[in-house]
Amino acid sequence: MKGWIVQHAQAMGFTLRRLVRAPVASLLNILVMGIALSLPAGAYVLLENLQALSGQVNSAPQVSLFLALDAARSDVEKTEARLKSHPEVKRYRFVPRDQALADLKRNAGLADVVESLKQNPLPDAFVVDARSGAADALERLSRELRQWPKVEHVQLDTAWARRLDALLQLGRLAVLALATLLAFTLVAVTFNTIRLQVLTQRDEIEVAKLIGATDGFIRRPFLYFGALQGLAGGIAAWVVIGAFLALLNGPLSELSQLYAASLYLRHLPLQDSLSLLGFSAWLGWLGAWLSVSKHLQQVNPA
Amino acid sequence: MISFSQVNKRYPGGFEALKNISFSVERGEMVFITGHSGAGKSTLLKLIPAIERPTSGSLLVSGQNVGAMRPGAVPYLRRNFGLVFQDHKLLFDRSVFDNVMLPLAIGGFETREAARRARAALDKVGLLEKERAYPITLSGGEQQRLCIARAVVSRPSILIADEPTGNLDSAYASEIMDIFRAFNQVGVTVLIATHDEAVLERMKPRVIRLARGALLP
Ligand SMILES: Nc1ncnc2c1ncn2[C@@H]1O[C@H](COP(=O)(O)OP(=O)(O)OP(=O)(O)O)[C@@H](O)[C@H]1O
Ligand SMILES: [Mg+2]
Repeated sequence: MKGWIVQHAQAMGFTLRRLVRAPVASLLNILVMGIALSLPAGAYVLLENLQALSGQVNSAPQVSLFLALDAARSDVEKTEARLKSHPEVKRYRFVPRDQALADLKRNAGLADVVESLKQNPLPDAFVVDARSGAADALERLSRELRQWPKVEHVQLDTAWARRLDALLQLGRLAVLALATLLAFTLVAVTFNTIRLQVLTQRDEIEVAKLIGATDGFIRRPFLYFGALQGLAGGIAAWVVIGAFLALLNGPLSELSQLYAASLYLRHLPLQDSLSLLGFSAWLGWLGAWLSVSKHLQQVNPA
Repeated sequence: MISFSQVNKRYPGGFEALKNISFSVERGEMVFITGHSGAGKSTLLKLIPAIERPTSGSLLVSGQNVGAMRPGAVPYLRRNFGLVFQDHKLLFDRSVFDNVMLPLAIGGFETREAARRARAALDKVGLLEKERAYPITLSGGEQQRLCIARAVVSRPSILIADEPTGNLDSAYASEIMDIFRAFNQVGVTVLIATHDEAVLERMKPRVIRLARGALLP
């Protein structure tokens, strides 16, 4: 057990020395990985922010509530009272059926048609501004309103929110595809780095094997190297995104004064940041593992 | 401890390097293997730590059948041996000290204990004051002794040396043989391949003679 820890510590020591011994190459690798990772991760950050903003900026989403044609004056009052006390309702406007008909009449093309009607076919209606713009909150509100007595029909205008949601969904898919593609880049960069290392350390590997090193022992420093370089790449990506957001947040804060909304781009939350670092380290490890497994056989003295 | 029975070795390409070799070496023995260049001395020594595998016959080391050993077990077999290679196999980008540390790192020794042992081994072969030097700056004899230090540092029970005195003058050669004899005297089994007849004359050890891959009586 103790020997095991010592071996790992020594392998880590070797690895760090190796990283430091070729600072320019290591730095370039880390930069390449950082930029590659920052593209999908940055896009993800923007999407998340957009999602958060969409809830905030969604311009006063409206729900139209139509009462039944036979609704009495008292039904209108009851409905109005309920709307007034409902926590999800920000504002509402009553549109009496007579006014609705008058509005219709004013519409040039329809005047004749309306004139020919024997009675007013339009119901009383309320136009309700909801407090939250989130699509699911609106959905919930309209479902509730539909249950109220004498309510014939509730029309929810979430098309905009839905469209945005669909777009965000598409964006996420694109991010995923991009991330997969660039993950290969990271694996490839590590693969190549490790290939070069294995080749330059042929003698060392051969001698170590001859005097009783296991494959695990020989692999270990390379795997550590891959993981460490990947981790550094992840950190670089995080920093790149951070710098990019800081750059955007300046002009955004001016914009947000104009719109009286708080527009501020947030970096990845802690858990996502850790996922990013863990994932990049794992990719580095994977690239190193593939490379070492492939190239170790070429250095085999029996 | 080591027993060959009817061992044959044919290299890929068809060359028969060893033919029907049978002999055994007891624990604590010191045995020399001799023969002309190309007789098969190195091949024979390489079979013992499974660097080469016999084509047929059986080779037992401490009761284990080395010829049929699975690759995963080979590293642990090799840790029982101290190997001195005909072509040294020193690492030229590491200091003398770090070369000797390598077997200890493989064995998982704690760093301070390993450093202590490495210095003791270097001291034994008279290279302690060169520990910071790089192998390229050492003389042929010093490189040879560095090889020995690396072979003995993990205190193996069997030492296998392939031409440890090759192209050294006789003063150096007997100095190195004395080192091996000292290890043998503390119970280490020693196998040495050499074609240095002067050494054999002087030490009168047990000798196994090879000619064109076969054992001479
Ligand atoms: N890897 C190999 N592939 C093919 N033939 C080989 C290989 N290694 C050795 N041989 C052949 O096997 C024969 C024995 O070689 P070996 O190295 O065992 O001789 P040796 O007795 O150690 O000679 P020397 O005294 O010159 O070191 C030689 O003829 C050599 O050409
Ligand atoms: Mg030889």
